[in-house]
Amino acid sequence: MDIFIQQILNGLVLGSIYALIALGYTMVYGIMGLINFAHGEVVMFGAMVCITVVSTLTHSGVNLPGWAIVLIGTLVAIPACALLGFVIERVAYRPLRGAQRLAPLITAIGLSITLQQVAILIWGRNYIPFPDLLNSDTVSIMGASITKLQVMIVVLCVVLMTGLLVIVEKTKLGRAMRATSQNPSVAGLMGVNVNTIISATFMLGSALGAIAGVMVATNYSQAHYYMGFMIGLKAFTAAVLGGIGNLGGAVAGGILLGIIESLGAGYIGQLTGGFLGSNYQDIFAFMVLILVLIFRPSGLLGEKMADRA
Amino acid sequence: MSLLEVKNLQVAYGGIQAVKGIDFHIDQGELVTLIGANGAGKTTTLKTLIGMVKPSGGSITYDGKLNGTIPSYDYVRHGLVMVPEGRGIFSKLTVEENLQMGAYYRNDKAAIQSEIERVYELFPRLKERFKQLAGTLSGGEQQMVAMGRAMLSKPKLLLLDEPSMGLAPIIVEKIFEIIQMIAKEGVTMLLVEQNAKLALEVSQRGYVMESGRITMGGPARELLDDERVRNAYLGE
Repeated sequence: MDIFIQQILNGLVLGSIYALIALGYTMVYGIMGLINFAHGEVVMFGAMVCITVVSTLTHSGVNLPGWAIVLIGTLVAIPACALLGFVIERVAYRPLRGAQRLAPLITAIGLSITLQQVAILIWGRNYIPFPDLLNSDTVSIMGASITKLQVMIVVLCVVLMTGLLVIVEKTKLGRAMRATSQNPSVAGLMGVNVNTIISATFMLGSALGAIAGVMVATNYSQAHYYMGFMIGLKAFTAAVLGGIGNLGGAVAGGILLGIIESLGAGYIGQLTGGFLGSNYQDIFAFMVLILVLIFRPSGLLGEKMADRA
Repeated sequence: MSLLEVKNLQVAYGGIQAVKGIDFHIDQGELVTLIGANGAGKTTTLKTLIGMVKPSGGSITYDGKLNGTIPSYDYVRHGLVMVPEGRGIFSKLTVEENLQMGAYYRNDKAAIQSEIERVYELFPRLKERFKQLAGTLSGGEQQMVAMGRAMLSKPKLLLLDEPSMGLAPIIVEKIFEIIQMIAKEGVTMLLVEQNAKLALEVSQRGYVMESGRITMGGPARELLDDERVRNAYLGE
């Protein structure tokens, strides 16, 4: 029983991070029908930029508490990634608007590889440790333990996701985003500059990705140029699971996937009689992806396509 | 001077010449209709006026300015507004959000709210359903949303593309009442219709379009009485 609750908690932490990244995929998909496979790399850049800032500050010997240094690193990573998202759309996707669907997809994969290579040039091929600045005290909940940092991650994710939903549902920008996603040419007739809205969408998604990147890096105490690939793929799975294009779906899909994966990792040894270990946890995410694509391609909360009157 | 002056307008769609050099004008305060069969180039003409399609030749002068010199999403700020064919409502936005989209470029919140209330007075059906997703409405109600949304854009020249399409006769009548009402308020209008009889009855002038060319034009009364128009478009 202990292991069950422990894995649920771990899954919640992992799942909130997936959800945050999945929102970036789903927002871009919702507005332009495009899977931005380079989004995982944006997450990686967020982690890398933050670590660079944090390490520089620590080595310069400034006298600040650990959390303040991490906060500064995050506040640098957010605009850096928003800018990266803006540039990605401008350089890689905008010229392909109106092209066949395959062209932007291939571009996305190419971009993903390119960004990894750029990261190697800047930060090298090795794992970069995240300086040990944050409180690693644990709290125990029903016999399971979780670090204060992880509690913080979950709380922050909830706050950010709520904030995003408020922006999308209640503000003029959000209304324009939803209108653009449904019918860009009519939105244009209303005075919406579709390019601005698309840029804003990429920047917003990338900013969330930056924060997710910092969370991953602090949670695992390291970052790596390749880290965006797997987590991006998992978050993409989460977005598909929830119903791609649907914000609530991305959140639900992310948390569900995190929990499935954690429980799977916790019990895979028992299930296979010790044949497979918890290092096989990745298979659960992709099993979920395959099952969803076979049985419910529109996702849990997704709607049927072709509903335009 | 005319509010809209179109000279030798040509539009080509992927090799097909949809509009083959047309001239027409609309004066301030007029309600003008463009009638013609399917595929005559009426919708293409409207889309070109509003900047959704680029012309291949000729000129469009609106309000003394040559179109094409400002980005098309700015046309609405100059009072050039279109209700697109098929209504073009945002089906996953609520009725009220659709109306708010019409006022997207405006910042006078109080005025917007009172104008939304006015749209609800005109169309009580929309008031009942203001929180409903627009996609769940009937065709006629959706057309009301589209017209209300256009009114919130404060048009100087309103382009209407087939407002009666696919609607029951009783709803069509209601829509045409609203068109006349908007016209009375001094909004200049260009109405594209397949329902030629109704369109000519409410308009001051009309043009007849046939395979990319304007073949006739004149006061709506005269067109209604014209032998060729009667045979070809009024089914008499």
